[in-house]
Amino acid sequence: MSEIEPGATSSTHRRAWPALLSITLIVAAVALAFAWVAGWLTPGRLTPQRFTNAIEAGNGQIYRGFRRAHAKGVCVAGYFEGSGKGVALSSAALFAPVRTPFVGRLSIGGGSPYGLDGKARVRSMALQLNSADGQQWRMAMNSFPFFAVSSVQAFYEQTVANAPDPTTGTPDPAKQAAFATAHPEFARFADWAKTAPWSTSWANTTFNGVNAFRFINGSGEIHNVRWSMLPQTAFEAMTPEQRATVDSDFLSEDLQRRLVQAPLRWTMLVIVAQPGDPTSDPSQAWPDYRQHVDVGTVVIESSTPQDTGACRDINYDPLVLPTGVTGSDDPILAARSAVYAVSFNRREHDIATGKAAAATGDAKAQGRRP
Amino acid sequence: MNGPTALNEVSPARATTHFNRPARLLHWGMALAIFTMLFIGIGMVASLSLRPILVSLHRPLGIAILLLVNVRLFNRLWRRPPSLPADLPSAQILAAKASHWLLYVLMFAMPLIGWSMVSASGFPVVMFGGFALPPIAPHDATVYAVLRAAHTWLALLLFVTVLMHLAAALFHAWVRRDGVFAGMARGPRVGGQSARGGMDESGEPPPPM
Repeated sequence: MSEIEPGATSSTHRRAWPALLSITLIVAAVALAFAWVAGWLTPGRLTPQRFTNAIEAGNGQIYRGFRRAHAKGVCVAGYFEGSGKGVALSSAALFAPVRTPFVGRLSIGGGSPYGLDGKARVRSMALQLNSADGQQWRMAMNSFPFFAVSSVQAFYEQTVANAPDPTTGTPDPAKQAAFATAHPEFARFADWAKTAPWSTSWANTTFNGVNAFRFINGSGEIHNVRWSMLPQTAFEAMTPEQRATVDSDFLSEDLQRRLVQAPLRWTMLVIVAQPGDPTSDPSQAWPDYRQHVDVGTVVIESSTPQDTGACRDINYDPLVLPTGVTGSDDPILAARSAVYAVSFNRREHDIATGKAAAATGDAKAQGRRP
Repeated sequence: MNGPTALNEVSPARATTHFNRPARLLHWGMALAIFTMLFIGIGMVASLSLRPILVSLHRPLGIAILLLVNVRLFNRLWRRPPSLPADLPSAQILAAKASHWLLYVLMFAMPLIGWSMVSASGFPVVMFGGFALPPIAPHDATVYAVLRAAHTWLALLLFVTVLMHLAAALFHAWVRRDGVFAGMARGPRVGGQSARGGMDESGEPPPPM
């Protein structure tokens, strides 16, 4: 450090080297800390980007401009009418006996916008409720009664295990079996997928919030809750033969037929947890005899194709919540929020850069098959 | 060489040697806020667990920075900052001036782009509790995508600029020892042995006024 190169006569040079080295080390340390927080130094760390990459890989291809998961669906519009009973649980404005309009979406699971409705085990309902006070509540619910796995890592491993093998084009059964063995809670979901009857319509499907939330009422009392949308349309099961022969878009066709006749209704049932009920594990359902509160009715009045509908540019992030509702310690909730954000960024980028003709209706307008 | 007495005199006729107290408070307060913001920002987009809590901090802190930078620009234009040392090479003077104005531009641009971007995504611009700011951009895919990309790239530019600013500040403090760092680090010392502690420690003369 103290050695001076021949010719360097200034005394400041002798003192400058330790100082310059210190400055370099300080700046490098800050830059490294930043890179570490960003995940750039740890390629093995699971980030929302890497999770979304795995979902895209599982889809077999990138469908530009479409949601990376639950890509196929329709936009719907309607309102939520509070029964007034929810006010005791949460101060959210929409629980008062008022009508709150929403922009929603009904969809099927899977990453292809051309998926076959008859083969989609999972169906979903998403709502963006816009209260008169300017607050929003976004919900993203599914037809399964509980989540397939209990952790974010397992959720990722499930995505990877279900990805199509490049050689066969279908998931590798050995990988799926290894995943199921590693995550015993998945057996419950597998059993549901195998045995639960398939309903004939979105209209007679139950949609479950699955993740736990916290409701805070006007007195500041907190309750852990989950909720479900119970269809007021009578349940009707499909036979396997029906499923094999139905039109690939039968769900949206059925929805349009029904909406011409009358609006469709679901009862929003809030399930209140008892102390000890798991809030951090969405793979565990709470006992059926827990308190259920009928807090209001979801009414769908109309539907529009998603390529030009108002739901297209909405990210149904389940953590956009009004006053009176907060997320719980359920880790899947935060992960959904993070991964949805990446999916949203990517598809909006696709649209902005003109790569998403099929997703925006431009392909249809030009008479091309997407 | 100016003596301590001359420096201790707070004379409007003479150029200042130190930033005024509001400028110093704003600088160090905002330095902490911006540093925190950069790390929260890069961390929240890379985390599967911390995103909700970090986003809830990122938005109000960004708006706080936007409010503060308005006060700061006003103070900066109203109160003349200390001059740079006369012996500073012209390339360094240019770098200093350009980087400071770039920092100001980014301190305004980042929160405004963030606010617009959240507006364009259709998300409510929630500050805290039930309080949200009004949207300042239309809910639109292209507007959102452009602003979202700009927010990331300008954040990285801001981070690099902040690092260069840090390096330059330490260079002034430890290598040049020309009082530039002391001008922001503390106020002029009144009644002490010197107005410029940092310089005295190094035995450097104060920069010519």
